[in-house]
Amino acid sequence: MTHFSALNRYLPALTLLMLLPAWEVICRSFDVPAYLFPSPSLIFESFMEVEPARWLEHLWATLRVALLGFGLSLMISIPLAMLMVNSQYLSKTLYPFLVIVQSTPVVAIAPLLITMFGSGEAPRLAITCLITFFPLVVSAMTGMLATPPELIDLSRSLRAPRYKEVLAIRLPYSLPHIFSGMKVAITLSIIGAVVAEFVAAEQGLGYFIQFSTSFFKVPQAFAALIFLSLISLALFKLVHWIQSYFFGWTLTKGKA
Amino acid sequence: MQPYVSLKNVSHSYPTDKGKSVLALQNVSFDIEKHQFVAVVGPSGCGKSTLLRLLSGLMMPTEGQVNIFGTAVTEPRDEIGIVFQQPTLLPWLNVTENVVFPVKHKTGRVSSQTRSQAQKMIEMVGLADFAKRMPNELSGGMQQRVGIARALLMDPEILIMDEPFSALDALTREEMGFELLRIWNESPKTVLFITHSITEAVLLADKVLIMSPRPGRLSAQIDIQLPRPRSAETIHDPAFATYASEIRQHIYHPHKAGEDSKASVTAINKKLVNL
Repeated sequence: MTHFSALNRYLPALTLLMLLPAWEVICRSFDVPAYLFPSPSLIFESFMEVEPARWLEHLWATLRVALLGFGLSLMISIPLAMLMVNSQYLSKTLYPFLVIVQSTPVVAIAPLLITMFGSGEAPRLAITCLITFFPLVVSAMTGMLATPPELIDLSRSLRAPRYKEVLAIRLPYSLPHIFSGMKVAITLSIIGAVVAEFVAAEQGLGYFIQFSTSFFKVPQAFAALIFLSLISLALFKLVHWIQSYFFGWTLTKGKA
Repeated sequence: MQPYVSLKNVSHSYPTDKGKSVLALQNVSFDIEKHQFVAVVGPSGCGKSTLLRLLSGLMMPTEGQVNIFGTAVTEPRDEIGIVFQQPTLLPWLNVTENVVFPVKHKTGRVSSQTRSQAQKMIEMVGLADFAKRMPNELSGGMQQRVGIARALLMDPEILIMDEPFSALDALTREEMGFELLRIWNESPKTVLFITHSITEAVLLADKVLIMSPRPGRLSAQIDIQLPRPRSAETIHDPAFATYASEIRQHIYHPHKAGEDSKASVTAINKKLVNL
């Protein structure tokens, strides 16, 4: 059985490795122009043309905005979810607004935010925050409301203060849901950062892609694109690792 | 001596969304003596859960009075431990931490005394080897044992159990019934045991309260005078069958029950007393 699971594990990477030569062959044999769809070797070449320090600079700029925006979003959304779960009044007034904000395309708001906040880091953080906010609030609220009513009865029968009921019972109970929300949000945070860079930035992988394509350096844009996917994937894995390492119980099945 | 727990003409109604109200309990009165084991049997909708919430002080009755130790219940009290239908353990805490959770939740810390008491309770429910296990590593029966240990931690005078074994399979359920009797023998408590099972009620209780639904009313009280300690043998006692069929009569034919079967129970009780 073990060699099967090993095969399963490396199957995606293996498939990718087999696709690369096919991609290369198709590009070469059909003479696909590089500015339409570059071959892997061309992408690799243009990747090497750019200095590693510059890659790191762009990568760090995007990662920074994504992580800060995500962190900010997490810091606002979880307390907000706690308040909304605790107060019907708050949830009834705020929830419609959240839905409206979520329904408005962030890409469309981005230029407006830039005019509001100027062209610094603030609007980029705001855009990332906006795009990651909704899944975090909704998942946290769902989790907190899924807490067994008996546990709430237990807390009340102990005459424990309401904030303890939320902090010591509802919040931990919602962690499996929050982590699901975080996995969605962390990949969205990269999207948010890139969208913001498209609109106004002088650094970052999003900026780099726009800059490259405007000079028809499509292979370079592809290299940046691959970078973005890899960061997204790495961040997703990081969240999963944090979950399984520190909150292993959230991954085990079976009710308790 | 005044009763430990007493309900006097208790009614309770819930408001509905449409502005009306639904009567969940109507004019219920009964007493529970110290260290008595009382079972409540009745079909769904007979107000058993309302009864639990009123007794534990989570709700106030709309009419009548709930008294514990002679004083009216106005808020949850420390003398009551509750065991729920589902074990409802906290999945991020191990068995010991789950057992001490109420104290930690209430006071913010756990003394070493409480910890050793928790150890004792865990031993009493037969989980000594599992104290460091996580809830998801335990079977349903073991989880409910943790729930019982948690309820017993602060040595409450009164233990309220809301269909505690209903989520368990039939074999585990039977075993848990006898376990509960053993624990009750070791540390006597006043118990209110809510159940759907007539067999379970007769086997465990000193007194069975029979409720009827919509609105929840107390339709009969039957004293069970089967000898203790009770065991699997008790079920074969002819008196056991008489009690069970009497209770069944009250549940399914509340109007016909009464004269003839009451006579048979009285006869049985007399006979048992004379033994």
